[in-house]
Amino acid sequence: MVNEKELKSLIENILHEMVEGTSSKTQKNVLKGNERGQAAGGESKITIPDISEVEIRKDLLVPDPYDKEGYMEMKEKTPARIGVWHAGPRYMTSTSLRFKADHAAAQDAVFSYVDEDFVEKNNLYPTATVCKDKDEYITRPDLGRQFSDEEKEKIKQHCGNPKVQIMVGDGLSSASIEANLEDTLPAIKQGLKVHGIDTENDLFVKHCRVPAMDVIGEVTDADVVCLLVGERPGLVTAESMSAYIAYKPTVDMPEARRTVVSNIHQGGTPPAEAGAHIAELIKRMIDKKASGLDLNKA
Amino acid sequence: MDVENIVKEVLKELEGRLGQENKTGNPEKEKSNIEKHVEYIKEKKVSVDNPINVETIRSAQEITPARIGIGRTGTRMKTANYLDFLIDHAAAQDAVFKDVDESVLKELNLPVLNSTAKDQEEYLMNLDAGRKLDEASVEWLKQNAEKGKQVQIIVSDGLSSTGTPETVPDLMSALIQGLKLKNITIGTPVFIKRSRVWIQDEVAKLVDCDVVISLIGERPGLATSKSISAYIIYRPNEKSVEADRTVFSNIHEGGVPPAEAGAHLADTISEMLKFKSSGVKFAQRLE
Amino acid sequence: MILSTTLFGRTYQFNSVNEVMAKANEEKSGDIMAGIAAESAEERVAAKVVLANLTLEDLYNNPAIPYETDEVTRIIQDNVNEKIYQSIKNWTVEELREKILDSDTSSNDIRRISRGLTSEMVAAVAKLMSNLDLIYGARKITVTAHCNTTIGLEGTLSTRLQPNHPTDNEDGIVASILEGLAYGAGDAVIGLNPVDDTVESVVRMFKKLEEIKNKFKIPTQTSVLAHVTTQMEAIRQGAPADLIFQSIAGSEKGNTAFGISGDLIAEAKDLALRQGTAAGPNVMYFETGQGAELSSNAHHGVDQLTLEARCYGFAKKYDPFLVNTVVGFIGPEYLYDAKQVIRAGLEDHFMGKLSGISMGVDVCYTNHMKADQDDMENLGVLLTQAGVNFLITAPHADDVMLNYQSLGYHEAQSLRELTGLSPIKEFDEWLQKMEVLDNKSRLTKKAGDASLFLV
Repeated sequence: MVNEKELKSLIENILHEMVEGTSSKTQKNVLKGNERGQAAGGESKITIPDISEVEIRKDLLVPDPYDKEGYMEMKEKTPARIGVWHAGPRYMTSTSLRFKADHAAAQDAVFSYVDEDFVEKNNLYPTATVCKDKDEYITRPDLGRQFSDEEKEKIKQHCGNPKVQIMVGDGLSSASIEANLEDTLPAIKQGLKVHGIDTENDLFVKHCRVPAMDVIGEVTDADVVCLLVGERPGLVTAESMSAYIAYKPTVDMPEARRTVVSNIHQGGTPPAEAGAHIAELIKRMIDKKASGLDLNKA
Repeated sequence: MDVENIVKEVLKELEGRLGQENKTGNPEKEKSNIEKHVEYIKEKKVSVDNPINVETIRSAQEITPARIGIGRTGTRMKTANYLDFLIDHAAAQDAVFKDVDESVLKELNLPVLNSTAKDQEEYLMNLDAGRKLDEASVEWLKQNAEKGKQVQIIVSDGLSSTGTPETVPDLMSALIQGLKLKNITIGTPVFIKRSRVWIQDEVAKLVDCDVVISLIGERPGLATSKSISAYIIYRPNEKSVEADRTVFSNIHEGGVPPAEAGAHLADTISEMLKFKSSGVKFAQRLE
Repeated sequence: MILSTTLFGRTYQFNSVNEVMAKANEEKSGDIMAGIAAESAEERVAAKVVLANLTLEDLYNNPAIPYETDEVTRIIQDNVNEKIYQSIKNWTVEELREKILDSDTSSNDIRRISRGLTSEMVAAVAKLMSNLDLIYGARKITVTAHCNTTIGLEGTLSTRLQPNHPTDNEDGIVASILEGLAYGAGDAVIGLNPVDDTVESVVRMFKKLEEIKNKFKIPTQTSVLAHVTTQMEAIRQGAPADLIFQSIAGSEKGNTAFGISGDLIAEAKDLALRQGTAAGPNVMYFETGQGAELSSNAHHGVDQLTLEARCYGFAKKYDPFLVNTVVGFIGPEYLYDAKQVIRAGLEDHFMGKLSGISMGVDVCYTNHMKADQDDMENLGVLLTQAGVNFLITAPHADDVMLNYQSLGYHEAQSLRELTGLSPIKEFDEWLQKMEVLDNKSRLTKKAGDASLFLV
């Protein structure tokens, strides 16, 4: 079945080919000569359209495909960058620029920080591991799981002895936290509330690797610790978040004791839906007193 | 480690040694500890295999520090020459990133002043930090420096921490001797850590001298990391530009020898005092 | 054995061969994290000077991990040709380097020497080589292998077509395969990393790849890169497999972390020869990468380059058709930036060739590393000059499942056209028949249109 958007683009393409005999790409991404003139003259507000908004799955650049419809169906089935055509054996300029843009977003997601206002707005208590900067965080995985005694004491004071401790970590994508947390976190809290479990005193951990949650488990003595953390970004999305959840985690415990919900983002598991799912998982862990592989067996 | 493993290791070690002695069969080497030490000798030698005229290559090597006559294996460098290159590069890198040894400063017996650069990193990355004296140094000069002399000498580590100890002592003594012969008065020479050339303008003003000369470590090359340059300026002020400075570079044992350079600098300074100028203006006067 | 030297008046005393090996390494963030790297540029060179003077016998007698305690060491040392080793054991590493580079030393000479080397010797000589030495040395060594076709012949540059999909969607995988074929990719192997590592799914993937291969009569190999035990079970259930794949490490402990052992790999090879679909005799495919051992705390204080060489020593035993390092995949804590990735890529390729295996490279990086696509294109050019057997390629260089960037289909064909190289002969002829390449192995006007294959 063809949806409205596809139909529209199809008709646009046909009309365009009839009138100018050029591909849809030309129409979408490139200004016409007279528009350029205006832009340069500063009299017009026309700007170059956002190249990151081009839907890769819909954008076929092969100028005269043997089977266009078949090609569009192929593209529909994968986020891979296919049907991109070539200049000699090299890329077309537009896809080359889009690739660079997506890489830039991924890099920025890693090397930027979650905004302090964002942390405050979401009522998160800010803390940090012992890493002194992003560079050390990235090259020393062992430090991204350690807290100073001073920080541990502060965390202890702030958190008390909760049943469930929720923590948020920047991980390898600050962008994923800012994009998803405000949907996921309330969904988790609401889900738990239904089961009579209150969570307060959520933490935000700067320079956070997954095993940092084990320290928090030991410091707070919580039954369950849930960490929402930014995943290593790819080019398709830089905004994917994961939840790592464990029953009474301890430092140096086997990785198999963690339950993971990954791929939380708009194009994957929707953030609110993920939140509800996580709340259910936590409830099960409390009931079964287990997590990870042990939970599957229980 | 358990006993069995230790015994095994000792046996293995012994075995290895025996094997080596048999192999080399060199009685001299077995005698001393030298056996346990790789002697690295940097020497110019013709490493071309079967050269047609080895003497020509050798004499060519005499007249240039360039890496010639090194031969090849296939199209690539021989291992010894490759290591030579790496060694020299390591020295050049470390020369930039190391501080001048404290003991060297003692030996020079100069008052040690500082620029505003807090560390080597700031010194390398921030030009301005190396061009200004810190407050304590300004104060020291005001209190202790001899004022109103004709010449002020500054020694700077610059970009080579190894240039100072290797080249400066000979250079300084030749320079001072030369100036004294001409009855030119000299203020208290100072060493300024992490400083760049322009810091001489500030010093000159504070001590009120006619000519200020900076002896400063050059950016190290692979051929030498011990080269010193001399920057001289007559009565610098806010309007002074690079063209007002007279520069002598490449002062080291493999370039212009320090003693020779010292005498030449003394002559030049005496001329500058006479013509009350330096840099391009001074050079034009010579023509 | 001499473990000290004096440099610029300072004496450097090293306590073990392992320490010399680690400190002689070019700078790598993984060695720094492990606390075994040289502490200054001068110490690094001092270690290289000491290493240059060690004999091959010194290295044989001091394997990175003791023979008694490590299976990988045993596999490597038991595989050494005793006669050849005896004839070269008095060489210093310096002499080995110059022998490899010497104009009078042929590819066959090096292949022969190679059979007398342990992986520690291979690693040691790489540590005495500049980048161009590594390129020049590797270029001299031709290693071929045969599965359904022959890889590594002079004048060829092959590629793995990597059609990964985030949910193993079969149509999506096929879309990326057809796209790759339309650019001339896939002569080394069409190799899929599945998301779902269950036997059922892996059987399905094997069948899908086989179906495409048969439908278009493509002269190539297929592989599904699940865990070796999953593939073995799939084959027993009738899945059509040309190659069996596995990630390997340079220490027994590292292999244990991967859930494998020498016996298991031998069993897998035996199974592939008896029940696989390929002509053979080379039916194994391995992946490696500097830092893998450290990440599973299985490095025994040994530097990552030496451990990587040991992967190749281990691999050689099983006569692989393909081995590639996934050079920048593991992250900046092991290889910090583009400079380190480029160095490692050249080292790994050289060491693989010197070990006598059919070596390829996944020229790649992750997004938390200080590197970009230009750096990968640079390394691609260097490796092509070095005579790399094959490169990994994905649509527009972007792997949408593993979330990292490699080289694209476009890159491999650009590199071929720049250097006058072709795909493997049978594959080249097939591409010409499909009108993707012309008779000079350049892209035709039709190339780049995957819908050509929609018939």
